[in-house]
Amino acid sequence: MNLERYADRVLETARRHGATDAEVSVEARVAALTRFANSEIHQSVAEDTVRVTLRYVHGRRYGMAATGRLDDAALESLVERASANARSTAESDDWPGLPEPGPIPEVTGAYAASTGEATAERRVETVREVVAAADAAGVAAFGSFTTGAVTTAVISTRGVRAVQTRSDAWLVTVHMSPGGGTGYAETCAVDVADVDGAALGREAAGKARADDHAVDLAPGEYPVVLEEYAVVDLLAKLGRCGFNALAAQEGQSFAAPGLRVASDLVTVWDDGTDPAGLPTAFDHEGVGKERVSLIDRGRCVGLVHDTRTAARAGIRSTGHALPAPNPVGPLPTNMFMAPGASTREELVGRLDRGLLVTRFYYTNPVNPKRGIVTGVTRDGVFLVEHGEIVSPVRDLRFSVSYLDVLRGVAAVGKERKTLRGWYGGVSVLGDITVPAVLVDSFRFSG
Amino acid sequence: MEPHGTPTGAMREITDRALDTAVSAGADYADVRVVRRVEESVTVRTGRVESIASDESEGVGVRVFAYGAWGFAATHRYDADAIDRAAAEAVRLAKGAAPSLRRRVSLAERPRAYGTYATPVREDPFALPLEVKVADLLDADAALAVPGVVSTASTYAAQREWKTFAATDGSLTEQVFTHVGAGIEAHAVKGSEHQRRSYPEARGGRWQQAGYEFIRELDLKGNAARCGGEAVALLTAPPCPEGPATVVIDPSQLYLQIHESCGHATELDRVFGAEASYAGTSFLTAGLLDSRFRYGSDLVTLVADATVPGGPGSFGWDDEGVAAQRTTLVENGILTGYLTSRDTAPRIGRESGGAVRAESWNRLPLVRMTNVNLVPVPGMSLQDIVADTDDGLYLTQNRSWSIDDRRWNFQFGTEIAYEIKGGRLGRILRNPVYSGITPEFWRSCDAVADERSYVMYGNPNCAKGLPPQCVQVGHGTSGARFRGVRMGAGR
Repeated sequence: MNLERYADRVLETARRHGATDAEVSVEARVAALTRFANSEIHQSVAEDTVRVTLRYVHGRRYGMAATGRLDDAALESLVERASANARSTAESDDWPGLPEPGPIPEVTGAYAASTGEATAERRVETVREVVAAADAAGVAAFGSFTTGAVTTAVISTRGVRAVQTRSDAWLVTVHMSPGGGTGYAETCAVDVADVDGAALGREAAGKARADDHAVDLAPGEYPVVLEEYAVVDLLAKLGRCGFNALAAQEGQSFAAPGLRVASDLVTVWDDGTDPAGLPTAFDHEGVGKERVSLIDRGRCVGLVHDTRTAARAGIRSTGHALPAPNPVGPLPTNMFMAPGASTREELVGRLDRGLLVTRFYYTNPVNPKRGIVTGVTRDGVFLVEHGEIVSPVRDLRFSVSYLDVLRGVAAVGKERKTLRGWYGGVSVLGDITVPAVLVDSFRFSG
Repeated sequence: MEPHGTPTGAMREITDRALDTAVSAGADYADVRVVRRVEESVTVRTGRVESIASDESEGVGVRVFAYGAWGFAATHRYDADAIDRAAAEAVRLAKGAAPSLRRRVSLAERPRAYGTYATPVREDPFALPLEVKVADLLDADAALAVPGVVSTASTYAAQREWKTFAATDGSLTEQVFTHVGAGIEAHAVKGSEHQRRSYPEARGGRWQQAGYEFIRELDLKGNAARCGGEAVALLTAPPCPEGPATVVIDPSQLYLQIHESCGHATELDRVFGAEASYAGTSFLTAGLLDSRFRYGSDLVTLVADATVPGGPGSFGWDDEGVAAQRTTLVENGILTGYLTSRDTAPRIGRESGGAVRAESWNRLPLVRMTNVNLVPVPGMSLQDIVADTDDGLYLTQNRSWSIDDRRWNFQFGTEIAYEIKGGRLGRILRNPVYSGITPEFWRSCDAVADERSYVMYGNPNCAKGLPPQCVQVGHGTSGARFRGVRMGAGR
């Protein structure tokens, strides 16, 4: 499907309607998902969708409209609606204008045909591997395997013309043991060939078996090793609440230049062009992705911007706009945390008496300004004594400042995982690449 | 509104084609939804119109039961080739899934669905000039900006959906839903302290199935100055004390407590593990139905009611063609039912409770809440309950929420707490947070307010499933009192 052709037609129509500027974003997605529970496939779905979004500018007035159809009548109506929306509002003294064309980085490895064209049979085959690992361990598998491709074109009257196609394969599995244990494994990749169902199945099964017959542990402060599945939540929440320039401009973010928010061992950046993640060349305004340093050896150094927040700050957008309309503000959608030097065994080995935590669940900010988040552990918490796992522990609730957690990082793992994290539950194709960490103290409330 | 009327059959060409193709490809049963949806929204931020947007989406979703398994495929195109491809793909997906099945799926019977339904609307939001809606929102937002407020956000939105459902058993329904929602919020910041007050609800506002008359009745502007003032006052208010307390919970918080700890917990697909890898499971395992599990105190009766006029989760028929109904989930504290679908209900020996919906044409219908409501108890108004409380806290307006994957261990924060001393509301307290274990919490309920304070809240963003789906659900409640609730952990 030639998306530029549709975008050009909409731009031309907008000009005829009197737009002084216009921007069209067309996104076409083909995706399919095979979902399994109790070790059998219970949902098997496929979709073919398209979304055309128009930002129509008339002087210092602007409005937007979107449609899910590509026929002539729908595209004409799209322009009429956006035009009406623009004309219904007063002139804005805060309108930065549409972004000017700028450099768009060369990105390689964003698309794999093996993923974009993956068949139901291919997904079923991988799910069978996951289930076989569960069967072998005497546990049940619950999860999903998604494959898809999205083509995005952003074209504007200012001269922006950006087109890319990306693919993603995402497998999540929770294994449940008759003894009450649960285990988790996840991966995401551009190429479906990089998804190893058998390995993920074994990982989750092993964790579920080890988690059997968990015991209660008194709430309190413990040193912890947070596996990658838990660390991803730290970055996702802080990225949304803190490194988002809109939150900072509205006084709701903890982030400030030079502020110590983590230990020296923590360095975090956002880089849409790194092929280690799910690469992307530009954002939803067609602005090229810049690598943005967020935390450098424990100190805040940067924020991500879209055109609006950048204009307020007097700088250029870093290429982190989300689809319009976007009340959330710009987000870091391709975060990386620098690896350390420790193996997983070394991290766990440093716990004299502490906990190994697989992941966090249903976390939500209680006080974003202080980075305080509440949530619960899930899919495997283990008491470690003298560097050895001695017992699985029942899940625990916490309400802690994720900033305090990062400040307490005492060691960082050398291996990293690329995960969807929070972005798995939203429509934005984002990912986070993280290592495991050892944290001096983590308070559980029970 | 009662379902009535005769369908026009305007989408018959599409629905017949999809069903015929599905059957030809091997489906034992198929249903198809043709859905068109339009939305409009206005966002004002700190006195400026940030966005005026309109959206439309349209397409066809075909669900088939073939070879003993489900398959679903969707397309945004209406041409015959696209419809044929979607129907055939759905059958192919079902066939691919079938060998993995370890349990035979059976479907609860239902009468043929036939008729129409439409939201009762007095003032069509889409017919009202945009300028009026923008001006109303700007007025409300301006009134929020009392001294000390650093930012504000005000939103209005409306959605209309035309949905045709047809199935191979001859079912045909046509439904038109109109939802509207609006809300305002003020933010105040001092050092590391950030406070928010919203009305009637943050995160997109309060929603109803109604016309613009609902937005007018909210009186956003009339509540704005109070919101702004309280946001500022909270910056210097004393922190809410920690430890066990008697709490009276306002409907603006209690609705989310119902949503998270009863609504999701009684979704029967979760109980059977369908959401285990994402949304989670439930502590309310099916065996608890027979053992008459005590979920709450005698005062606690919870119902799922899709027949409530104006309820955000009301309809004529669900997305399986099951007629709207009222199902008791908890009666006088005892677990009595679940939210069910045609393929989960037989597993507990029941007919479908008609609780299946999809976000849109491109999503597979799932078990969803309708309007899950706490039934008022005659006798005491909410004010009477406060007057009857010697020492406690009045908690209002949700600020944060979290609950574990079994819907067992929860924590909620509210925007504000009012001290209750000697039966009277006193000073305000900041950062209130309470936590608990679901059945312990509901068993500690010793007063439920009568219908005078009953209000229907809506959650427009109830997320479930993969790919994630958000649907409109409702929660009616009048407020209630709970003893020995654990306060704290929110610093």
